[in-house]
Amino acid sequence: MQWDIVIGLEIHVQLATKTKIFSGSSTAFGAEPNTQASAVDLAMPGTLPVPNEQAFRYAVMFGLAVNAEIGRRSVFDRKNYFYPDLPKGYQTTQLDHPIVGPGFVDIDLEDGSSKRVRIHHAHLEEDAGKSLHEDFDGMTGIDLNRAGTPLIEIVTEPDMNSAEEAVAFAKKLHSLVSSIGICDGDMSQGSLRFDVNISLKPKGSDELGTRTETKNLNSFRFMEQAIAHEVERQMDILEDGGRIIQETRLYNGDRDESRSMRSKEEANDYRYFPCPDLLPVVIDDAFIESARDLLPELPDERKARFKEQYGLNDYDARLLSDDARIAAFFEEAVGQGKDAKLAANWVLGEFSARLNAEDKTVVQAPITGSQLGQLVARIADNTVSSSGAKKVFEALWNGDADNADAIIEAQGLKQVSDTGALEQMVDEVLAGMPDQVAQYQEEADPKKQKKMLGGFMGPLMKASKGQGNPKLFNEILVRKLGG
Amino acid sequence: MHNKSVAELSRELESGKISSVELTHEFLDRIKAEDRQYNSFITVTEDQALADAKTADEQRAAGKASVWTGVPFAHKDIFCTNGVATTCGSKMLANFVPPYDATVTANFRAAGAVCLGKTNMDEFAMGSSNESSFFGAVTNPWGLGNGEKRVPGGSSGGSAAAIAARLVPAATATDTGGSIRQPAALCGVTGLKPTYGRVSRYGMIAFASSLDQGGTMARTAEDNALMLNVMAGFDPKDSTCVDRAVPDYTATLNEPLKGLRIGLPKEYFSDQLSPAMEQQVRNAVKEYEKLGATVKEVSLPHAKLAIAAYYVIAPAEASANLSRFDGVRYGYRCDNPKDLNDLYTRTRAEGFGGEVKRRILVGTYALSAGYFDAYYLKAQKVRRLIQQDFVNAFNEVDVLMSPVTPSPAFVQGEKTSDPVTMYLEDVFTIAVNLAGVPAMSVPAGFVDGLPVGLQIIGNYFEEARLLNAAHQYQQVTDWHQKLPQ
Amino acid sequence: MTISREDIEKVAVLARIRLDEEQIPALENDLGNILSLVDQLSAADTNNVEPLAHPLDAVQRLRADEVTETNQREAFQAIAPATESGLYLVPRVIE
Repeated sequence: MQWDIVIGLEIHVQLATKTKIFSGSSTAFGAEPNTQASAVDLAMPGTLPVPNEQAFRYAVMFGLAVNAEIGRRSVFDRKNYFYPDLPKGYQTTQLDHPIVGPGFVDIDLEDGSSKRVRIHHAHLEEDAGKSLHEDFDGMTGIDLNRAGTPLIEIVTEPDMNSAEEAVAFAKKLHSLVSSIGICDGDMSQGSLRFDVNISLKPKGSDELGTRTETKNLNSFRFMEQAIAHEVERQMDILEDGGRIIQETRLYNGDRDESRSMRSKEEANDYRYFPCPDLLPVVIDDAFIESARDLLPELPDERKARFKEQYGLNDYDARLLSDDARIAAFFEEAVGQGKDAKLAANWVLGEFSARLNAEDKTVVQAPITGSQLGQLVARIADNTVSSSGAKKVFEALWNGDADNADAIIEAQGLKQVSDTGALEQMVDEVLAGMPDQVAQYQEEADPKKQKKMLGGFMGPLMKASKGQGNPKLFNEILVRKLGG
Repeated sequence: MHNKSVAELSRELESGKISSVELTHEFLDRIKAEDRQYNSFITVTEDQALADAKTADEQRAAGKASVWTGVPFAHKDIFCTNGVATTCGSKMLANFVPPYDATVTANFRAAGAVCLGKTNMDEFAMGSSNESSFFGAVTNPWGLGNGEKRVPGGSSGGSAAAIAARLVPAATATDTGGSIRQPAALCGVTGLKPTYGRVSRYGMIAFASSLDQGGTMARTAEDNALMLNVMAGFDPKDSTCVDRAVPDYTATLNEPLKGLRIGLPKEYFSDQLSPAMEQQVRNAVKEYEKLGATVKEVSLPHAKLAIAAYYVIAPAEASANLSRFDGVRYGYRCDNPKDLNDLYTRTRAEGFGGEVKRRILVGTYALSAGYFDAYYLKAQKVRRLIQQDFVNAFNEVDVLMSPVTPSPAFVQGEKTSDPVTMYLEDVFTIAVNLAGVPAMSVPAGFVDGLPVGLQIIGNYFEEARLLNAAHQYQQVTDWHQKLPQ
Repeated sequence: MTISREDIEKVAVLARIRLDEEQIPALENDLGNILSLVDQLSAADTNNVEPLAHPLDAVQRLRADEVTETNQREAFQAIAPATESGLYLVPRVIE
């Protein structure tokens, strides 16, 4: 039996506001327990919520960035359930009238194709506190510092059909919320949390299967693993003739295991109703335009611009435009010269490889875009050969000097490109290798001929003390050898 | 002194005839001597009151006194008072001492008034007789003659009784379905529920958020105006509080009433109203006609649905508002909870009284899957119809007048066997909360020797007009000055 | 209007209020009476009527994103039933 995998994601994004969504408490990470929990956050009797303007601004920015309708009149609802990290006994969220309506995000897949993932809506809500289970003698300790932090919850349509697509979407979303500045993007601190809804259906069928929800995945690797795990679990059940139970599951990435969550979801009837302590929030054109003004260039816009402005192909443009910082680095590099394609090759090639090897991000690179750009310019103008360039790069990276020219000078890497001198060298070398010359000229197969050129390069490089411009040597050789 | 109004006491203090400390002592002594009979106070803050009185006298000596400086009053035990127990009449909060003030509390502090203590109330403001308080029922100072104890009304029964018994000249109160007006009527005092959003709800323990409103209680309309001057106003901590200028409510008390158009909703004068009660109310209306008002019949066609709508909306909101009482961060916690569920279910079973539990259960039911549309949503729609009735009526008249209660104070225990019987007490007052308009209860006579009240209902933010109308009535009548036996 | 024992028990679970067996008959009676009162609503014609969530036709004011609260842990936890190392204690929660 062949199965289609159907995946929808719910992503909780912690907004990088200074204060909580309904109180003026700080949201700074890492404070001592319950030192950032005000009377409102603790649900003290008589306390009341007042919404944070910046949370709405960030939500609107997000909506604009995903091509969504903005909810002009949104309402807060109470979602009622009991849990110690939820002080009021209800979470203030948005049900029927969220701040962001339907939108979409386009993702790029490995095979070079593009896919549209629709966003159903995004709404504002408050985060819960944290529970600590160790060290308390059979009790659980509750820290309410996080209670009230603003979240947007983004709900997609079930448009993804593989772990690859889900991860691509997740990464794009992560990059988006980080680069527009509404979230710090630190997944290790829980700034983004992913819930994955997965169901299977017989291949080609129109009817969706029963889905399960796997909650709180906070790394792309775990998401990928969790999806694979759940798909296999469901497939095993279905192929044995069983039924999938609609439930919420927790995935343990270290052990690659999952289990059902203790009936938290099923037993609950959330009894949503509009929160009577809050009035409807009306967003006008001015608010939306001011939010739009705060948006930096979005990845899709940048990709289009890179193709247009720098003549890059789709693949390179995508890789360079996705992350704002890499894009900035690249543009700085191009600024030093004209060869965008060469700059792209170096950024995506040598530079990226080196960052990966040292587990650094672009902001931690020891060289600037400018410095790399200067090197690229020297390659383009034939000052150094490509092998020489590698040496210059190494030296720059290690901080031997702060510009390419100084290193080229110091290491004597300047190529000889004086055709006169090079011609002379070629004449001399050819004169000393009459048999090989004859072999070359007798060879009928052009491919084999081309290979034979390599035999002359060694002596030529030796004669030029490694400084001969190999490209030029090649041209001169071919001309002189004729054949 | 204890028979004097706030306005009179303020003048006495200003003249120097008496100090705030002396005045405070007098009231505290009265409370000690008399409150045993009424149980109108849950907490008396003797030391703090005397300290505040002393400060007030010093302020006066320094020439910095204003009208409320040094005047004694009390807070209904629903307003959070920093450092002073705030119980809401419940075992759940019997040990709750908030480290913060309600905005209303802060306003009275800033005005220099001297708080004598926290008055008794129906538990979590749910009731019409003050019989559900964890701290015992309140007894009405009226009707004690034949050895019977009568209810003061509720939920602000303690405030009303304390004022009637001259233990305090004024007290704050709250009104969600009639909880200021009904006890005011049964105790022969004057009370005002302002327009929804006029007074901040921050720190006022929530029962039903879209209906609750803090208000005033004293013997005279003038005193109510003085109180409202302190209580009304914008508060950025309350999203439902309106940003609208607060007039000086005392400045217009003496405007002549000539031309005032009074409407009598015919639904409130049906044959269900006892002739005796109707007589008192119509007499009161006649006084207004003598003062130059005109009277006509109007209609509030959906008035009869008000109780049904209220008893869906209020419990529904309450069921969510009271979920925070779980034994975790403050308040009552059951002994030795064996697991989390036990902590919750036993804390709440033991901490809440019967009426509160009933309303939480009804409210939860009304919101639950399958019932939401038929109950909650339906009630909200009926609410809009009721609001529209008032809007329409105010297109024709300036104020509405009606009885406050179907009958005067009943005997304790008479209505506690059936919750619905108790709910029907609010038949005249409840629609007002659903619409959010302001309304007052003014002493208007006696039935069987017990006080009854006249309800005056105004258009949105027309508290000044209501107070003016009440004040003028109190210039030509003296019901509000009668002393219990 | 009657309310079933099952509904009462379900609702008591949702509201986290423990009910003893003896309380159920009285609740069936009282809640039944209340719901009968409330059933009067069904007679109302509310076709095309929008629900009224707030008495005032007002919109929400938004607050500036500035820190206004300070650390008051000591004051708040002085009135808490059970705390340790700055945390609120509850019986162990198993997720």
